[in-house]
Amino acid sequence: MQIYFMCLGVPGKLVKIIGARGIVSFGGAKREVDLSLIEKPIIGEYVIVHAGFAIERIDEGEARKTIKLLRETFGSF
Amino acid sequence: MTKDYRNKELISNLAKIIREEASNDNYRFMHVCGTHEDTITKHGLRSILPSNIDVVAGPGCPVCVTHPEKIELALKLLEERKNIILTTFGDMYRVPSKYGRSFSHAKAQGFDVKVVYSISDAIKMAKDNDDKEVVHFAVGFETTAPSTASTLLQDPPENFSIVSAHLIVPPVLDYLLASGEVAVQGLVLPGHVSTIIGSKAYEFLVDKYKVPQVVAGFEPLDVIIALKMLLKQVKEGEIKVENEYDRVVKPDGNLKAKRLMNEVFKQEDAKWRGLGKVPKSGLGLKPEFEKFDASVKFDVEPPEIARDIEIGCRCSDVIKGLVKPEECKLFRRVCTPYDPRGPCMVSIEGTCAIAYKYGRLKLKN
Repeated sequence: MQIYFMCLGVPGKLVKIIGARGIVSFGGAKREVDLSLIEKPIIGEYVIVHAGFAIERIDEGEARKTIKLLRETFGSF
Repeated sequence: MTKDYRNKELISNLAKIIREEASNDNYRFMHVCGTHEDTITKHGLRSILPSNIDVVAGPGCPVCVTHPEKIELALKLLEERKNIILTTFGDMYRVPSKYGRSFSHAKAQGFDVKVVYSISDAIKMAKDNDDKEVVHFAVGFETTAPSTASTLLQDPPENFSIVSAHLIVPPVLDYLLASGEVAVQGLVLPGHVSTIIGSKAYEFLVDKYKVPQVVAGFEPLDVIIALKMLLKQVKEGEIKVENEYDRVVKPDGNLKAKRLMNEVFKQEDAKWRGLGKVPKSGLGLKPEFEKFDASVKFDVEPPEIARDIEIGCRCSDVIKGLVKPEECKLFRRVCTPYDPRGPCMVSIEGTCAIAYKYGRLKLKN
């Protein structure tokens, strides 16, 4: 993770919630983040983290749907 | 999941379809995000697109477009008030203002400048140093502004204040399209700005300029899909804002983040480096939060700077997508990431810095 990248949002898994803050795991590397921009965060969900703040949750279902559709249409798996 | 969005076969197949679908017309699409430029260049996406599809980078690097008057204001605060710790994000640290002055030069002169990853680190620093004043250089588009807003609403310590250099994206797109100088057939919209403001925030540009737009994520597959969607809109003449990055971006964005931003900030005219004054494109603090405005708190007037780009540097044309970095005479010869002359070479999100780092790469395996 390049920590100084201004607009980069890094996806990670929320593993712990402590008040308005939480611990997010980025493929194993853990970091404390501010959760104040997320409405009702839930442990186990994936979030996009930017400059120490979780800015949105990731809808994994949507992602899987997109990939499935693409594979069916354009892949040759 | 990320692996799927980097699947070379899917990317190549989509590029092939784009090549087939693109007629002989010339297409010019603009993105406005440093991370998109990084994805496009790092993965060599331009090499798999047909030569008549040009993807150019717009003013998508907040550090690059931060006006030197803001940098000079922060430097003036350091010089005039002796007990200030200035906190800044890393890629702002070396950006030159006038005469090549930067935060890193100030640090070398003995001023207290600290690089932070998050505004939360600056708050911690203020709590740990209650005999000092901590001034945070708050820079960034809508992706970053909510974190500043949320911090100011969480009862920060009295010895904490900010220089607000936050800028917002839709007004600058409006400004660029209105100028007529930037002729593009479609816009790839920034995924993480849109995460906050939502895809609907750009719909006024459809009504005003009939410009196709697609919000895109940051993996190579995201960008290729977005380009395919733009091409389809252009060819079929059905102009709208579409959302490729729907695993994160919602039509109305992050409502909570928007609410916090609106509580703290007001839109005001702002200068963009290399572009000039763009109406309603900056975020200033509302009167009830002025006590956190370092300029008001320490009664230091922002200086006026007439020339915001060094002579010879073509950064202002680069950020409008009018020239490629290689077309600037300074690029690679005298302007490098080690000795940057212009802001586009300083930030790692700057178009010139990315071109310097990756060159013209081919699609990676």
